Amino acid sequence: MNALQVVVLLLVGAVGTCVVAARDPLRQAIVASFFGIVLALLFFVLQAPDVALSEIVVGAVALPLMILLTLAKVRGGEK
Amino acid sequence: MTPGTRRLMFLLTAPVLGAVLLWGFGGLPRFAHHPNPYGDVLNAVSVPERHVTDVVTAVNFDYRGFDTLGEEFIFFASVLGVVLILRDQTDESPGHAEDFATGRAVPPTSDAVRVLGLGLTPLTVLFGIDIVAHGQLTPGGGFQGGVILATAVLLIYLAGEYDELHVRYTETVLERAEALGGAAYVALGFFGVVAGSAYMQNVLPLGRTGSVFSAGTVPLINLAVAFEIGAGVVILLTTFLRQTLVVRATERRSALERALDAGPPA
Repeated sequence: MNALQVVVLLLVGAVGTCVVAARDPLRQAIVASFFGIVLALLFFVLQAPDVALSEIVVGAVALPLMILLTLAKVRGGEK
Repeated sequence: MTPGTRRLMFLLTAPVLGAVLLWGFGGLPRFAHHPNPYGDVLNAVSVPERHVTDVVTAVNFDYRGFDTLGEEFIFFASVLGVVLILRDQTDESPGHAEDFATGRAVPPTSDAVRVLGLGLTPLTVLFGIDIVAHGQLTPGGGFQGGVILATAVLLIYLAGEYDELHVRYTETVLERAEALGGAAYVALGFFGVVAGSAYMQNVLPLGRTGSVFSAGTVPLINLAVAFEIGAGVVILLTTFLRQTLVVRATERRSALERALDAGPPA
C-alpha cells in the first residue's frame, strides 16, 4: 500500500464519519455527495477506474439529488 | 428502552463486535494479494479470447453476461417501482411548477447557471457517448455512460425550466427507450442460441483488438444497457422532479371534518 492510498483511505474514513456526524438531512445530502467523490478517488488510486466512474455518477450525483428532491417534497408538504 | 439501558447494551456488545471484527481482519490476505486465480486468468485471456482490453467489461458483458442481465432487470423493476409509488394519488393534482415551499414564484434562472448548464450539456453528451462507445476498450461502459447521458438531461433542467424538460422528454419516449434497451439485451443473448451455442455466448466476429467495432456482442450489449440505464435514470429524475415541483395535495375533507371546523350550531 503506498502513501497515496493510505492518505485517501484515511480521508474516506474521515468523510464517512462526517456523513454520520451531520445531523441535518439537508447538510447530510451534500456531505454524502462529497463522500461519493472521495470514495471514487479511493477506487481510482486502487486501480479500479470502472467502479470509480460508477461511484461518481451514482454516489456523488444521483443519490444526493434524490435525497434533496425528497427533502424538498417532504418539507414542502409540512407547510 | 431508556437511553441508559441502550448505553449499557452498547457497552456490553461493542467489545464483542470489535473483537470479532479484529479476528476477521486478522484472517484476511495481505493487501493487494488474493488467494483465488480468477483475476489473473481473466487478465491473461480477455484479450486473446474476446479482443476486450477492459477486463471489467469482458467480465460484466461477456463471461458473466447472464448475471448482468439479471442486474439490468433489478434496475428495470426499481424504476417501475418508483414510477408506480410516485404516481398521482386520488387526493393529489398537478399544479404549476412553482416553489411551493415558500409559496412564491420560482426565481428566474441566473445567467451564470444558464451559461454553465448550456456549455456543459454538449460536453457531457459527448463524454457519455465516448464512455459507452469505448466500453470494451477503456474503463466505463453502458452503465456509466448511460448515467452520464442522463445527467446531461439534468443540466438542461438546471439551465432552463421544468416545463421545457417535460415537453422535450415525454414519458412515452423515455419508457419506450428503457423497455427497448432491456429487450435488446435479452434479444442479443439469442445470437448464441441461434449459432448453436449457449444463451448469451459471444458468437459474433471479434474484429481487430482496440477498434470500436470489436469484441463481438460486447459493444452491442453496452449500447442496449446505455439506452436502458440512461432512459431509466431520466425517468427516475423526472418522476422525483414532478413530485417536488408539480404534484400538490388537493383539499379533500370529509363531511365530518367540515362540520367540526364549522363549530357547534348556534
